[in-house]
Amino acid sequence: MTETSASPRPTTLAQKIIARASARDHVTPGEIVTARVDLAMIHDSGGPRRVEPILQDLGVGLFDASKVVLISDHFVPGDTDEGARILELTRQWAKERKVAFHDGEGICHVVLPERGHLLPGMLVVGGDSHSPTGGAFGAYMFGVGATEMAGVLATGEIWLKVPETILLEWRGQLSAGVTAKDMMLALCGRLGMDGGKYQAVEYAGEAITALSMQERMTLSNMAAELGGQAGLIAPDATTAAFLEKAGANMGARASWSGLATDAGAPVQEHHVFDASALAPQVAAPHSPANSAPVTEAPETPVDVAYIGACTGAKYEDLRNAADILRGRRLGKGVELLVAPASKRDQDRAAADGIMAVFEAAGARILPNACGICAGYGADRLGEDVTCISSTARNFKGRMGAASSKVWLGSPLTVAASAIAGKIADPRDFLPDEGERS
Amino acid sequence: MSGRIILVGDDIDTDQLAPGAYMKGGIEALAAHCLEGVRPGFAQEVTPGDVLVAGRNFGVGSSREQAAEALKHLGLAGVVALSFAGIFYRNAINLGLPVLTAPDLSAVTDGAAARLDVAAARLELASDGAAIALDPLPDNLQVLLADGGLVPHLKKRFAKERNKEQGQCAEHRP
Repeated sequence: MTETSASPRPTTLAQKIIARASARDHVTPGEIVTARVDLAMIHDSGGPRRVEPILQDLGVGLFDASKVVLISDHFVPGDTDEGARILELTRQWAKERKVAFHDGEGICHVVLPERGHLLPGMLVVGGDSHSPTGGAFGAYMFGVGATEMAGVLATGEIWLKVPETILLEWRGQLSAGVTAKDMMLALCGRLGMDGGKYQAVEYAGEAITALSMQERMTLSNMAAELGGQAGLIAPDATTAAFLEKAGANMGARASWSGLATDAGAPVQEHHVFDASALAPQVAAPHSPANSAPVTEAPETPVDVAYIGACTGAKYEDLRNAADILRGRRLGKGVELLVAPASKRDQDRAAADGIMAVFEAAGARILPNACGICAGYGADRLGEDVTCISSTARNFKGRMGAASSKVWLGSPLTVAASAIAGKIADPRDFLPDEGERS
Repeated sequence: MSGRIILVGDDIDTDQLAPGAYMKGGIEALAAHCLEGVRPGFAQEVTPGDVLVAGRNFGVGSSREQAAEALKHLGLAGVVALSFAGIFYRNAINLGLPVLTAPDLSAVTDGAAARLDVAAARLELASDGAAIALDPLPDNLQVLLADGGLVPHLKKRFAKERNKEQGQCAEHRP
């Protein structure tokens, strides 16, 4: 939070972005406004195959092709006939509609900022529920379904109920072996999957400031599991450094300085948590809200360990998991699956020797796509399989058979469990200072 | 009474409403598996006009609008719940599926004859003519629903805009 003497009325970060996007001096929580959309992101599942028939029906084209980004991730690698057909349709559409297209380069929520499309202060809609990920960059980004997306693509507008802000303040510092994922599982347990009330969740405090961009993305990503519309973090020097490297347009940098919730701005709820007291968390089947410290988990043998998804397979997730796995063997009968969240993150991990750690451990490396997390492809969990997963949600039957049981944990916890052959505390496997990648 | 109540619990998620394994195909195939993990035989049991009544956070999870589309396809008159997940709620309205909240639904029983009156925001129950008052929808959503969803709504808007443009062109003609 910042002191801004220039603003006569203290406002939240969410209010500032929405007021600007709806060409208003000020917006009040609860009022319904129409906002101009700065960027629309779509993927192969909810994108072309669903929106094009609607655009045709409406008899209109895209409001602005330069503000649309298409990313294929749900049906990649096209390992079913229908999936391959959907990918082909997606590729054709990208050509015809002349939009920016990232094909097979990774999961949309990771690729969008990685390729410099996102900027702080933007109002962005994404055709996917984990779209709050963009909030890590100080953009008001939220998920919509395909029909609503078609409406956005046709008009460049969307209606919003100006949200209240639910401020989640984390004081102190995370201890070794504890990550953003653990913060989110703890929050899901404490506040419930509707704790965000479809309002703007905002993360703040010294523990948040200390986090890297990819860790912040995990927090914002799982605002979806908290039921928030958005999951915001005010942009700072960490944000700027990431975006500069990503090749984003830094021209408007000066305008980011006031992009924060003012001191004294009205927030609906303000929760304070102590990061230093947090232990690694796991969530039992079939809800992220079934979370508890890993030390309290019952003895649970695992068959599959899955390091994947926008939530849990970015470069730093891979690095953290590899630090646990290095020089160790998988537990008997455990299958380790690794689906790096983007090609760029995988290439970087390969260059740093991280992919070699997974390969040496006998992991199966899967495509840079949503994979088993979405459960749309040929790879799915079989009957009665118990899986520990770095993904965001463990609803019954989502990743495979209805009888499969998915536990959620951080990439470190997944790696530790893969070694132990049962759900395990990653703090028992932390490397010494000199052994980290 | 044109339908009956089908009662389900809290946190019904989109993977139950629209299972990922059937997302590749059309709505017909997908709807046949709607809620099968929660209430086996649901798709076969629904008759048009039935009202799905649920607890908290109905539609939690994915943005896949097939979750709402499947319910509409099966002919449900609408969903009444203690609360909805935000994206599902928007999707349902956009597809023309009425979704309404109520602070208390404890009087509702599974299988009871009922009728959903969207305009009056009432769930009428057959027993002794009682009705449950539902929370009224905001004006903009009432308009969307009355138009039949977002696509018909936009068609109407575009037609109006075209007429206006044509009108202006005509005026400027010498």
